Amino acid sequence: MDLSYTPEEEEFRARLREWLTKALPTLPAKPSPDDWPGRRAYDLGWQRMLYDAGYAAVHWDAAPTLRLIFLEETERAGAPYVGANFVGLLHAGPTIAAEGTPAQRARWLPPILRGEQVWCQGFSEPDAGSDLASLRTRARRDGDAYVVTGSKIWTSHAEVADWCELLVRTDPDAPRHRGITWLAMPMDADGITVRPLRTLAGSAEFAEVFLDEVRVPVANRVGEENDGWRVTMVTLSFERGTAFVGEVVACRRVLGELAREARGNGRWDDPALRRRLGRLDAEFRALWRLTQWNVSEAEASGGVPGVGGSVFKLRYSHARQELYDTAAEILGPGALDLDRPWVLDRLSSLSYTIAAGTSQIQRGIVAERILGLPRGR
Amino acid sequence: MNVRFRLTDDQRALRAGVRELLARCFGREALRAAVGAPGRLDRTLWRILGEAGFFALRLPEADGGVGLGLPEAVLAFEEAGRALLPGPLVATHLAAGGVPGAAHGETVVVAVDGELAEWLDAADVVRGDASGAVPLRSVDPLTPLHRLPGPGIPDPAAGGPDPVAVLLTAAEQLGTAGRVCELAVEHARTREQFGRPIGAFQAVQHLCADLLVRTETARAAVYAAAVTAGPADIAAARLLADEAAVRGARDCLQVHGGMGFTWEADVHLHLKRAWVRAQRAGGGAQGEELLAAVLAG
Ligand SMILES: Cc1cc2nc3c(=O)[nH]c(=O)nc-3n(C[C@H](O)[C@H](O)[C@H](O)COP(=O)(O)OP(=O)(O)OC[C@H]3O[C@@H](n4cnc5c(N)ncnc54)[C@H](O)[C@@H]3O)c2cc1C
Repeated sequence: MDLSYTPEEEEFRARLREWLTKALPTLPAKPSPDDWPGRRAYDLGWQRMLYDAGYAAVHWDAAPTLRLIFLEETERAGAPYVGANFVGLLHAGPTIAAEGTPAQRARWLPPILRGEQVWCQGFSEPDAGSDLASLRTRARRDGDAYVVTGSKIWTSHAEVADWCELLVRTDPDAPRHRGITWLAMPMDADGITVRPLRTLAGSAEFAEVFLDEVRVPVANRVGEENDGWRVTMVTLSFERGTAFVGEVVACRRVLGELAREARGNGRWDDPALRRRLGRLDAEFRALWRLTQWNVSEAEASGGVPGVGGSVFKLRYSHARQELYDTAAEILGPGALDLDRPWVLDRLSSLSYTIAAGTSQIQRGIVAERILGLPRGR
Repeated sequence: MNVRFRLTDDQRALRAGVRELLARCFGREALRAAVGAPGRLDRTLWRILGEAGFFALRLPEADGGVGLGLPEAVLAFEEAGRALLPGPLVATHLAAGGVPGAAHGETVVVAVDGELAEWLDAADVVRGDASGAVPLRSVDPLTPLHRLPGPGIPDPAAGGPDPVAVLLTAAEQLGTAGRVCELAVEHARTREQFGRPIGAFQAVQHLCADLLVRTETARAAVYAAAVTAGPADIAAARLLADEAAVRGARDCLQVHGGMGFTWEADVHLHLKRAWVRAQRAGGGAQGEELLAAVLAG
């Protein structure tokens, strides 16, 4: 067991730090949460800076430890989060890299890396959430195109996306998992209507996407027809793998800020509150170590994030909610003031036990795939 | 090119070796025999542990020890926790090199560093002040206890509890957490109700999943603390491990149904031992306050 870094890794960290010190002051002002075109431009601009500096593909081809260092250092330095690049860099991109043809890789990957195109994820449907395999959006073959009709929901960044990684049903008669196909759909195609949905935090972070006879070229299919479920599993394992590394670092910083706030407003004198903060500190220390453990395991198994991600996600999503509930205790009545720090974060933390597989679904995965319990009902 | 935060082959071998040794010299029969003879420390077993290097593990080879480090000690104590091995293991391990005979299992050493003292009557050497100690009827049949009159908790000016003792307790708790998770999963796989294994019921699955999540999170914290040996990392590890052991044993009991409430099943032994260890210095409020103080800078 070793927690030290090699000289090469330390050098990577030092170079990155130096670059961040120079690069971050050149960033434009952060756009407001409601300014979607502004957010798109800002997030793509950041990705372009990473590209020019040679860090664009760090999520894809760097060793997991370098990825860990990258996420740790960018978060420490206060660099932008992946934002609108999330699906491109962490879902669709890795899927295309793993399952696409050389022509598809050449077409879609460089624009993602250069910060030119935004992707969104069209998986969930009104009647297919946790039970994703029951999705019904229909794709009928017509010559060299699929004609797609149906509706998607909770599609983050749909308003500003150029492409959508779309799951469609190509064979309604096959067993559920065997009739699904993965398509790259251009978001400017005819027949697409995007209707933004406001989240409980007040802003429109995701949308409904209605598809009416949308023509998607067969050349945009990644993987074989009806093999989309397997292709999708590749994507989901990325999502639950190292996606939260930067956030754990951020949560530890917030804890320090909370301690300062509590000392300033007198709540620190309450031993119950101090103990709650102390326990949270233990929690995030452990989550950071669990991340390092999972990364070491992934490295040993050839870079594929495994089901260990579910263990992490279950614990982390709960800890994040507890963090912001503790912030609310420290703020007292201020916890109801949207202009106070942490109040919006508390609201958005509520999605963590739902998005990317609910906690109940994750527990099922742990029970059946890790512990080997019989299939539930 | 990587952070190798995994067990090395040598560490795996050590863990397997300790597990095998304990299965041989303290298997289920010996465990139940010990339960039937409360308060008696098996000196033969103590010497076997001593000869195997359990106490001398971290003592330098030049001093007759095994010359290994804290991570290896943590793995050995995790196994001891799994096996419900009785006796003042932590105190004797810490006394190796300092108290004659401790390293090789000839001397039983007890440390007084909380409001309770374990195995006082079996001790050859008592470290700390045990005056005025009164025996109580211990809830754990495998750990005789004395209550101490004073403030109990060591003077913080004197440095607080020994962080290594706190960490080795966390390692024992981790062993319990892992074991009760296994016991729960085994039972959930084999016990049938309503015509199917109870492990097919989601409520039972989710209890088991939470058992694993708590164990694996605690494991990462305990192993990392063994590598860094930092007091804050150790305090965190202890908090996570106490929680994983105590709550884990409770959930394991629940999964066992009426069987879990019997004297015959081992579940209660794990729960009671987890309660005893959780009372040792360095856990609960002490650990939380230590970490809060670090946060406040
Ligand atoms: C902020 C946010 C962003 C998102 N972004 C995207 C996106 O970009 N693209 C996309 O495709 N999707 C996205 N999603 C959708 C997300 O993946 C789904 O919300 C999630 O999978 C749950 O599906 P559902 O909302 O239909 O809830 P349901 O599946 O209807 O679940 C409702 C409740 O029932 C429980 N439940 C359901 N089935 C079971 C079961 N078998 N056992 C036990 N309990 C069960 C759930 O745990 C939950 O508590 C996003 C969601 C959020 C909150």
